[in-house]
Formats: sequence, C-alpha cells, structure tokens
Amino acid sequence: MAETKTFKVFRFNPQTDKKHRFDTFKVPCRPGMTVLQALNYVQENLDGSLAYRSSCREGICGSCAMHINGKYRLACETQISHLSASITIRPMAHMDIIRDLVVDMTPFFEKLKAIKPYLIPGDPDEGAERIQTQDERAYLDYIVDCILCGACYASCAVNGYDDEYLGPAALAKTNRFLMDSRDKADEQRLALVCDEHGVFRCHTLFNCQTVCPKNVDPTANIANLKRQIIARQLNPGFSKKGI
Amino acid sequence: MITSDVIVVGAGLAGLRAALELNRHNVKVAVVTKVHPARSHSVAAQGGINAALRNHPRGKFDSPELHAFDTIKGSDYLADQKAVLKMTTEGIERIYELEHWGAPFSRTEDGRIAQRPFGGAGFPRTCYATDKTGHVLLHTLYEQALKFEAASERADMQIFDEWFVTRLIVYKGTAKGVIALNINTGELEIFAGQAVIWATGGSGRVFGRTSNAYINTGWGMCVPFYEGVPLKDMEFIQFHPTELYTNNVLITEGARGEGGFLLNNRQERFLANYEDSAKAMEMAPRDIVARNMQREILAGRGVEGKYIHLDLRHLGKKKILERLPSIRMHAIHFAGVDPIDQPIPVAPGQHYTMGGLDVNLNTESKVKGFFAAGECACVSVHGSNRLGGNSLLETVVFGKIAGEYASAYFKEGGGTDVPVSFLNQILKEEEDKIIRLLESKGKENHSAIKHELGNAMDLGAGIFREARTMNVSLEKVKELKERYEHIGLNSSGRIANFDLLWAIQLKGSLDLAEVILRGAINRQESRGAQFRTDYPMRDDKNWMKHTVAKWKDGTIHLGYTSVDLSLYKAKKRHY
Ligand SMILES: Cc1cc2nc3c(=O)[nH]c(=O)nc-3n(C[C@H](O)[C@H](O)[C@H](O)COP(=O)(O)OP(=O)(O)OC[C@H]3O[C@@H](n4cnc5c(N)ncnc54)[C@H](O)[C@@H]3O)c2cc1C
Ligand code: SF4
Ligand code: FES
Repeated sequence: MAETKTFKVFRFNPQTDKKHRFDTFKVPCRPGMTVLQALNYVQENLDGSLAYRSSCREGICGSCAMHINGKYRLACETQISHLSASITIRPMAHMDIIRDLVVDMTPFFEKLKAIKPYLIPGDPDEGAERIQTQDERAYLDYIVDCILCGACYASCAVNGYDDEYLGPAALAKTNRFLMDSRDKADEQRLALVCDEHGVFRCHTLFNCQTVCPKNVDPTANIANLKRQIIARQLNPGFSKKGI
Repeated sequence: MITSDVIVVGAGLAGLRAALELNRHNVKVAVVTKVHPARSHSVAAQGGINAALRNHPRGKFDSPELHAFDTIKGSDYLADQKAVLKMTTEGIERIYELEHWGAPFSRTEDGRIAQRPFGGAGFPRTCYATDKTGHVLLHTLYEQALKFEAASERADMQIFDEWFVTRLIVYKGTAKGVIALNINTGELEIFAGQAVIWATGGSGRVFGRTSNAYINTGWGMCVPFYEGVPLKDMEFIQFHPTELYTNNVLITEGARGEGGFLLNNRQERFLANYEDSAKAMEMAPRDIVARNMQREILAGRGVEGKYIHLDLRHLGKKKILERLPSIRMHAIHFAGVDPIDQPIPVAPGQHYTMGGLDVNLNTESKVKGFFAAGECACVSVHGSNRLGGNSLLETVVFGKIAGEYASAYFKEGGGTDVPVSFLNQILKEEEDKIIRLLESKGKENHSAIKHELGNAMDLGAGIFREARTMNVSLEKVKELKERYEHIGLNSSGRIANFDLLWAIQLKGSLDLAEVILRGAINRQESRGAQFRTDYPMRDDKNWMKHTVAKWKDGTIHLGYTSVDLSLYKAKKRHY
C-alpha cells in the first residue's frame, strides 16, 4: 500500500555549513500520512540530524509552520496525498535560520510584545465574571484562534523589506483586544499601531489571509484597525521617510 | 549561571500560573521551558474546565461540595478528599480570574461564562470556550506573563524558552535549581534558585496510542524522581473513550456532552446493554465508557471490527459549527470524514496520567524547596480516575498554590546555601553525559526502542490488564532498557539537536514504564482506570492506599501510603 514519495528538504547547520543545500529523502507514505509524519520518518530512520519543531501534531500548538510546495502550511495538518509526488520543504522566511527548518522567531514575538497583547479592562478585577453578550463574543470567534505559528509573518512581503513592520499576527492581535467588549484601551492600542511600521504599512496583499491555518484573517483585522483609526481621526505618526 | 529567587520548570497552565503568583508576591522568577509556552500541551485541551459557577439553567443547585463529591466518587475513592474540596472551592475564584485576565469563554444568553455537561458530573459545570478551552486559557496566561515580564514595578520575571531541563539540583536534601540545555546553542547552564516549582505536564508518550503531544515523553516526571522525589499512583492511566481511530487525536467529551451517540456496527447505542452505563449512557465516566467500547470491539461488534462510531449528525450543522468547530476539522484532516455528514471513527487510547510526583495539598514534596503542580504532580485529586474538565482546574488551582507556598518558603530564607563548587560539579556531570550520548556509537536505534515500548505498554498496561500480559510487557521493558544502553547517535553537533533530545527523554519513558507496570502488577484489584480481568473487584480492605515508587541507586522500590477519607465514606460506584 505504501507509495514512495520524494522529499527535498532544506538543510543548513551554521556550525558546519557555509551554504544551505537540499537533501533528498525517499519516504514510504501510507494513506492519511501527514508531512510531519514524513519528517519524523526521516529523523527516525534516515537522518537523525534533521531539525524541525513539533509538539501537538494536531494543528493547535503552532510549532510546525513551514514552506511546503510553494505555500506556508502546518506540516502536521498537511496530508501528503494532497501534494504532488515530489515535495519541497523550506523554513519560514524573514527570520534567521537556527538549523534546517528551525528559525529564530524572536522578531515575531518581540512585535507581539510591542502591541501590549493582554486585556486592559476599565474596571478592577473583582467579583464574578464580566458580562459579555454572545454577539460580542462571536466577533472574537476566529481572531482568538491564532496559534502564533508565524506563517502569516513569513508569507508577508512587507515583513521581507521592512524589518520593523509589526506584521499580520501582531496587528490581528491588536484588533482582537480592541474589539473585545471588555477591553477599554482603544486609543492606546490604536496609537501603538498607527505609525509607519504599523497598519498603514500593510499593502493588502492577502498573503496572510491565504496562508493562515486558523482562518484568523489578519487582512480583515488590519482593515478594521485602519477604519477605526480614520474614524477617530487619529494622527498617524509618520516620519517623512516613512511614506 | 543564571540566578533567580525561584525557578519554575514548565510553561503550560500550571507553570505559568505558578510564575504569575510568585511574581505577584514580588519574587524573582525564571521560567524554564523546553518549548515556547504556547506550544505546551495545555494548548490542546478542548472540552473545558469545571467549577460550580451555577450559570447553566440546570446547574442552579450546584456547589463546591457536590463538585467535590462527584470528583471523589469518580476517583473510585482514591482521591485525597480535603485536597479535592480545596480544588473545587478555590476553583471558582480561579475561573473568574482567568475571565478577568481576558480569557474568551463562550457565553450564556445572559452573558455569563457558558457551561456544559461532562461525564460523571451531577450538574453541567464544565466552563468552555467552544472546543478550544485549553488554547484560550494558555494564551491568556501567556499574555499575562508577557504583561508581568514587561512590568517594572515588581521583581524580574523571565521566560527562557527552548531550554531543556536535564537535572534537578538537590543539595543536602534541598532543591536548589536545575541544569538546562539551551536547545538552540547546545550549551548547558546552571539555573540557581532557592526553590523549584515543577510543572512539566503528562507522560502519555510512554504509550503508543495516545492523545498526548510528542513532547509528553515522561522525562519531566523522571528528573525529580531520580533525585529523590517519589512518584505516586503511576499505574492509574486514563484511557479516553474517543480518540480518532486513525491517529489518536482527541475528540472531546464535549461532543458527547452536546448530545453525540456512540454506535457499534449494528448502529446500536450499545452502552444501554451494560449495567454500569445503561443509565448515564454517553455521559458515564470515562473509564466505564472506554471499557464498554473495548468490550464491543473485542466481541466483534466494532465497525470493521476495529472501532466505534461517534455520531454527531443529529446535532445538526449549526450546533456542530458553533460548539465543536475544531474537532470537526480534526475529523476532516485526519480521518477524512465530515461529522456533519458522517460518523467519526473513534477508539479508546491513553489520555491522562493520574499519578505523578508525590506532593501534598500545598504542593510540597519530601524534598525541601521542591514543589510540583499540574499533570506531572499527584496531589491526589483524581485518585484512580479523573473526571473530564478537572485537570485544567487542577493546573490553575495548584499552580497558584505552588506559587504561594514557594514564595513563602523563599521569604523565610529557603534553606542552606549551596556552594558554587557543588553546582559546577553537577554541571560537569551533565556535560559528560551529553558528550557520552553524542559520541555513542552503539547499534541500537532509539526511535525503534521508543516504538517497541509504546506497543508493549498498549498491550500490557491498557484498558484490560492481567498479570500474565503485564509481566510479558515488564520483561520487554527490561529488555528495552538493556538495549537503550547500546544506542548510537550518529548525528552531528549541538545546535538544535533533536535526536539528542529524544534520546535523553527515552530513558525517562523507559523508567516510567517500569514504575507503571510494577504498580499495576502489584495492585491486585480493579479500581477506576485500572481494570484487572484477573481481579475484577475493588478491594478496599487491601488496596485503599496510594502506591509510592522511589528511586534508589538506579532501581525502583514500591511502597504505600494512606488515603484521606475524612469527608465521604467509600461506596460502590453507581451511575
Ligand atoms: C488532547 C487533550 C485534551 C484535553 N482536554 C482537557 C479538557 O478539556 N479539560 C481538562 O480539564 N483537561 C484536559 N486535558 C488534560 C489537560 O490538558 C492537561 O492535564 C493539562 O493541560 C496539563 O497542564 P500542565 O501545565 O500540567 O502541563 P503542560 O501544559 O503539558 O506543560 C508542560 C510544560 O513543561 C515543559 N517541560 C516539560 N519537560 C521539560 C523539560 N525537561 N525541560 C523544560 N521544560 C519542560 C513544557 O515545555 C511545557 O511548557 C486534555 C489533555 C489532552 C492530551
Ligand atoms: S494569524 Fe494565522 S498564520 Fe498568523 S500566526 Fe496566527 S495562526 Fe499563524
Ligand atoms: S505540531 Fe503543533 S501545530 Fe503542528
């Protein structure tokens, strides 16, 4: 039953290599097998030194985003049968490579930290729960599903040329709190994202929307932030070189 | 050397909650975790977290006492009763706190936290956020941790992610820190502190068929075990009734809570045919449902002889999309079926480790300055069988308590100081071990050993146990331990060397397997999740006691301690 497929995998070990290369592995594939299981097969049977992150193997922990046959995807949720006979895997872009498919996500997380990614309520944390209607909660439905995988960030062309651009995930997170009926820090939040490396840097390329495995739709979230900023006539803090 | 007041190992719900509590008390904290906090396995919890909030129309008469009673009965009376009541009482505050911190719970019509029914519970008391409860709670605590990290009004708090702990430092019977490997550079480092809180989660990967993440290897439980912290009740392993037949990804109990049916190959709701599940049906506790499913499969009434159908079709598209969106995607991704149109193929598999590091209801252990909370710990609030929705609760309740007690311990002085020479000596021992492994040239493949271990545990320590098969598995584990001594790592360098990490952790899996099997073989009774075909009855006279395993010079010794039965009398479990 097993059908053999060819995996071309990006390799780079900074300790020993000057330049990256692609290694080719032949992997016997069962029906239902995922790309992550194929990588496990390689690591367990063919080449133990292959480095990649993994944990939940069910698309919820955000460890395994990588570039698979032309698109950023979660390796653990990608069925091999949906891909061609030859599969090419690369690490995420716009971040330094630690080894093979493992990239340094520090810039991604630093940008998340920059937008104050936590609830800022107007009242003290006391007593029972804050009331939130089902409709108010429904607005958050997909936005709170972000697993911080970085696929959107790697796919975004703007992140490629502006090192300081906050990027889709951090901006979507801003909207997640802005639109939470319990959060009372609208102006502060919008001020954090309305400079030249914030929402107005987004060129609406829809890459993030296309790749996001959780349908967070950062593009729509960014559009809402822009609308809110314009509606409030906040003054974007652009410097001259910015635009 | 990195120094802090207290070191927290693990950044799942228990570890993060402990860290926040320490820092609230103005204690300097270093959180050491082998994966980024959001990758911790808490993120995968789906169904929800229990507390008697009384938000559900059918839950108006619920109370912490009734929640405690259900938990104790569910535990088959092996839980320590005062600890359970503490959890169910303080749990209410912890849930409100999570909500205050921003957790996006699903809501009732009047805007309160929504609750759903779960197995073994007298009232609908499981608070949820669709079927992604663990995900939203973990992200909420991570967000708070970022807030605390950035704040300047308190002592420092810092998360060290992708640092793998290899050793607990114990000096004169007192915990003084850990040694950890920076995964991305391969360097070892000393983390010195006056106390250590352990929160490394479960160990499902000792088994083959498990809902647990790859990273739940069991190594986390073994590191303190090797240094003198005993393991309690490890033979009690929960098998979740509904894991996807194809790859054991979990299908939450919430699916049955919302009204899903379990069907055999004759399309019968077969739970009606068994005395212990006839009344509660799909809402009977996990151990009972899992056993009856397995009985159907063994009797040849499984679908294709191998699995059971979980049928959600009658719930309708709207309810499935609203309440169970991610399990729908799991079924589509991993089994190729859309639950809106087709039943889901499920079978029982390993899910939860009831046992763990032996601590009391204040999370303190025999080793001074060492505290443990969450799934790696055994307080015990789950006894021999955990109720769904109680372990998320355990993580935040006892995570907080651990933070509280560790900060008090630190403020009282934290025991004797440890000489730097001692720390350096331990560091050197760890460095030597890593080099030995990296240079190992044996013929054995550690991945092969891991898979054989998984099979042996599935066979010997599964839903139905008997002395003969358990002994066969124990022999196998001994053989695998011997073979482990001859593994070879043919790889390369220290940067992001995952081969090395898996190889180190396999040792923990093997030792835990032995603890589990020996505890199970010794315990000649059936209680909660342990069902012995050769001893099918509960035996309170001889076995109303906790198993306690100790590590002495490389061998495992079993002993027993008493159970706290001070609140409710042990009765036969009827549902
Ligand atoms: C699929 C699934 C669904 C579940 N659903 C529910 C549910 O609906 N309700 C419920 O109550 N319970 C549920 N549970 C159980 C519950 O999710 C877990 O018991 C709980 O989340 C464990 O949390 P924790 O903080 O103890 O550990 P984890 O979240 O597993 O965190 C462990 C941490 O320890 C770190 N760590 C481990 N070893 C090392 C090391 N050597 N060095 C450094 N760091 C280390 C890891 O990096 C991680 O940060 C579910 C479990 C599973 C598997
Ligand atoms: S928005 Fe989507 S793609 Fe971006 S980090 Fe979150 S889950 Fe990943
Ligand atoms: S392994 Fe967790 S998202 Fe892929």
